[in-house]
Amino acid sequence: MSVTPQSEPISKIKENQVLKLLASGKRLDGRSLLDYRNIKVEVGVIDKAEGSAMVSLGNTKVLVGVKVETGKPYPDLPNQGALTVNAEFVPLAHRYFEPGPPDENSIELARVVDRGIRGSESIDLRKLVIVEGSTVYVVFIDIYILNHDGNLIDASALASVVALLNSKVPVYRVNENGIKKVDEYFPMPMVDCPITITAAKINDKIIVDPTLDEENISTAKLTITLTKNGNICAMQKSGTGTFTIDEITNIQKIAREKSYEIRKKVFGEGQ
Amino acid sequence: MTNKKLIDENGLRIDGRRLDEIRPIKFEVGLLSNADGSAYIEHGRNKIIVAVYGPRETQPKHIGLVDRAVVRCRYHMAPFSTDERKSPAPSRREIEISKVIREALEPAIFTEYFPRSMIDIFIEVLQSDGGSRCAAITAASLALADAGIPLRDLVAACAVGKIEGKLALDLSDIEDKLGEADMPIAYMPSLGRISLLQMDGVFSEEEFIKALNMAKDACLRIYELQKQCLKSRYVSI
Repeated sequence: MSVTPQSEPISKIKENQVLKLLASGKRLDGRSLLDYRNIKVEVGVIDKAEGSAMVSLGNTKVLVGVKVETGKPYPDLPNQGALTVNAEFVPLAHRYFEPGPPDENSIELARVVDRGIRGSESIDLRKLVIVEGSTVYVVFIDIYILNHDGNLIDASALASVVALLNSKVPVYRVNENGIKKVDEYFPMPMVDCPITITAAKINDKIIVDPTLDEENISTAKLTITLTKNGNICAMQKSGTGTFTIDEITNIQKIAREKSYEIRKKVFGEGQ
Repeated sequence: MTNKKLIDENGLRIDGRRLDEIRPIKFEVGLLSNADGSAYIEHGRNKIIVAVYGPRETQPKHIGLVDRAVVRCRYHMAPFSTDERKSPAPSRREIEISKVIREALEPAIFTEYFPRSMIDIFIEVLQSDGGSRCAAITAASLALADAGIPLRDLVAACAVGKIEGKLALDLSDIEDKLGEADMPIAYMPSLGRISLLQMDGVFSEEEFIKALNMAKDACLRIYELQKQCLKSRYVSI
């Protein structure tokens, strides 16, 4: 059951300051409304994982590990590999995170990241088949939130894509005794690298990459994932506020520009 | 994968609809005597029943908020509602949908009128077709109205998707499975505000803007049906 959450207390002084600054197009950390925080990406931080990445977005820190195992295909997609995304809001990341099974926020985050990767068909899942109909590769993307300072979705989605791009898949040989792992690898068959952009609405102002303080003041957020050629491949509105059609069209334009900018910054000109 | 054609040579869909046509919708309100408000919707082959309890004392007490009511929402599918039996335990999909439905309805409710209390919205999908979250939102807003809870507006919801490269309103189960994109929205027509927006699949910018307006127009049509239903139940001369 989904329950209206207790909003995290934020001091009136801070809230008023955020609102005052926003009115003149500025933010607490000196950014303008449509600026992202500093993005830092490290790859291959966990060598036991088939792929991994740590992404920092200002003070937000997310680690993603990719594990590749073998399993059964989905019954309706016998000639495709399988993909699962899971997110853990571990208690060390914020004083309000409690240990326990994933809550609605972590399930929502994982499912939005999943839709972005699946919708854009970033992984060529048809290349992840070992024996058609019975054995395929299963790609596990596990998102670990290490420090929460807002905009977890963008950081998690970016870390997931970067980790996938740096993943290697173990080769299995098929013979009469079944399948056997050999000490060889091939790169994860990636065909796109979607970028996820989140905008938040505070009063009637739209900002991107909200910090936790800004998220606590905002009424609604809109997350949009875009492919290399600027198509939309996932969207999710969250929060108890609303958007007008004009606001949504505007955010969609902003997200497209920001996605090009971030893709260039992280992956270089070629992507 | 079947190679079933979703659109025939006359531009009609499997169930005979045009691309911009929604499935038939039937409502009933006030059908559960125990609930403070209730509604039943048949939207295509979706059959969904919604009950609203409250505003009532919060349970457990500590979840209460000092400045407004807490809204609790549960979207649940009956084990017999799908082709293959669905386990009655809440799935990750149902947990996410419960959250987005709560966030779609909460902005319509004057929660500030009922501090320290809670409003419960229980949604049971008895039979599912495509677009069950939208049908659930449409019905739940009627159940809230039936419970006499003050609302800023009714919430109407409808999805628009893409099948065989063409935008189509209100996808059915099979169209959703075989189609290229699906985008449910919830809209408060008198306020001009969108309270739910999700999307999966692929849309170009042009398609997205066209889809958004198609869905909005469909919500206006559903809104008229909602009002008709409430009037026929409560306005008698």
